[in-house]
Amino acid sequence: MRRKITVAVIIIVCFLLQSTLFKALTFASISPNLLIAVTAAFGFMRGKKEGLIIGFFCGLVIDIFSGGIPGFYSMLYMYIGFFNGFFRKLFYPEDIKLPMLLIAASDLLSNFVIYFFLFLFRGRFRLPYYFFNIIMPELVYTMLVTVFLYFIILKINQNLEMIEKRSAKKFV
Amino acid sequence: MRRKSKTKPVLPAKYLLLILTGICIASMLLSFTLNISGGPLHTAAGYVFIPMQNGINKIGTWFTQKAENLKNLSDVMAENEILKQQVNELTMKLTTTELERYELENLRELYELDQKYPSYEKVAANVIGKDSGNWFNTFTIDKGSNDGIEVNMNVMAGSGLVGKVTNVGDNYATVTAIINDTSKVSGTVVTTSDNLIVSGSLQRMNESMVIVFDSLNDRNDKVAVGDPVVTSHVSYDYQQGILIGYISSVEMDSNNLTKSGTITPAVDFEHIQEVLVILNKKQTVKD
Repeated sequence: MRRKITVAVIIIVCFLLQSTLFKALTFASISPNLLIAVTAAFGFMRGKKEGLIIGFFCGLVIDIFSGGIPGFYSMLYMYIGFFNGFFRKLFYPEDIKLPMLLIAASDLLSNFVIYFFLFLFRGRFRLPYYFFNIIMPELVYTMLVTVFLYFIILKINQNLEMIEKRSAKKFV
Repeated sequence: MRRKSKTKPVLPAKYLLLILTGICIASMLLSFTLNISGGPLHTAAGYVFIPMQNGINKIGTWFTQKAENLKNLSDVMAENEILKQQVNELTMKLTTTELERYELENLRELYELDQKYPSYEKVAANVIGKDSGNWFNTFTIDKGSNDGIEVNMNVMAGSGLVGKVTNVGDNYATVTAIINDTSKVSGTVVTTSDNLIVSGSLQRMNESMVIVFDSLNDRNDKVAVGDPVVTSHVSYDYQQGILIGYISSVEMDSNNLTKSGTITPAVDFEHIQEVLVILNKKQTVKD
């Protein structure tokens, strides 16, 4: 229960920051994607199942407030959380290279999927333009913010796991 | 108290993934056939997120105002000098503009533009959040169905067209801007009454702050750079006569029949804070 509430708060805070504060702090009208970092981080920290559930809810929030096709972002983020779950065995909290690589790959992948389904299908064929003007800047900005965000999520998760371990010992 | 998870029936991740995928695909397919907007999920989300977005927005505006006040003091002195010089230059220009204005007023009378705007019933709303990604130009406003807003209502800022409402909750609404990559508006060039199709373009908006138009039928080469473009009478969703922007370039298409080009929008989309939602919906033939 404690974990559910904490994760819900993280998702809400990240969405609010992403849609208000970071929209005011845009560089060349590009803002970072915090929700993809949250989804990916919980995926490789907690495994496939939690990754896909958290991804689903992150996407759901975007779906509700974007006014696009309902279900598109839910599905996209869900699969990103799920696939990050495969890397749980390789994940060590001390190592920052793998998390950064995975979050970057998730951001790239999600943007390519968005481009493919929502832009290419409408005849917007100039991928190099969109790659260098939307996808790359977002990747760079997201990675910059993620350096801080990742450690916050990591610390919260470690604290939660410690509390859970302690209470599990008590009731065995 | 929490039991050990062994006693609970556990659903494996891949089955959960399959179930949720099914739900997502079903909702996507349903949205193409049925027009689902609102719903309990949207209402609930509206009551969780909108008050917080409102709060952040208020704090943000407070800070920007304070920062601007400080900045202004030092800037104003320097600006004053430059402005005095400009006043002289502008007085000269004014005389020529006065003549042009007289001509414009005649044209306005001709098209009765003046009378068309104020007759609409409008409600003012604040922009409280923008699209979370970087691909689309949609934003959230702090008025919803409680204030009489419905899907497909037109949204203005100042005197220019911003877009239309595409999604409504109890206390919020999502507006899709005309500069959004998927938006299309049917417009009319005021000077010649020729119709054209205005479409948003992410690429052109990023590169040079313009939106594109096409299908302009202008045999006599009357349409010129600077001509105002308003929403047309044949538009399905948009009320007639709302200013979209000014033509910034015109080119003949390769088919030698129609023209295309770019329009500078009348609204500054980067800094929209307040918008007006027109409560009258365009009356169309029911199918």
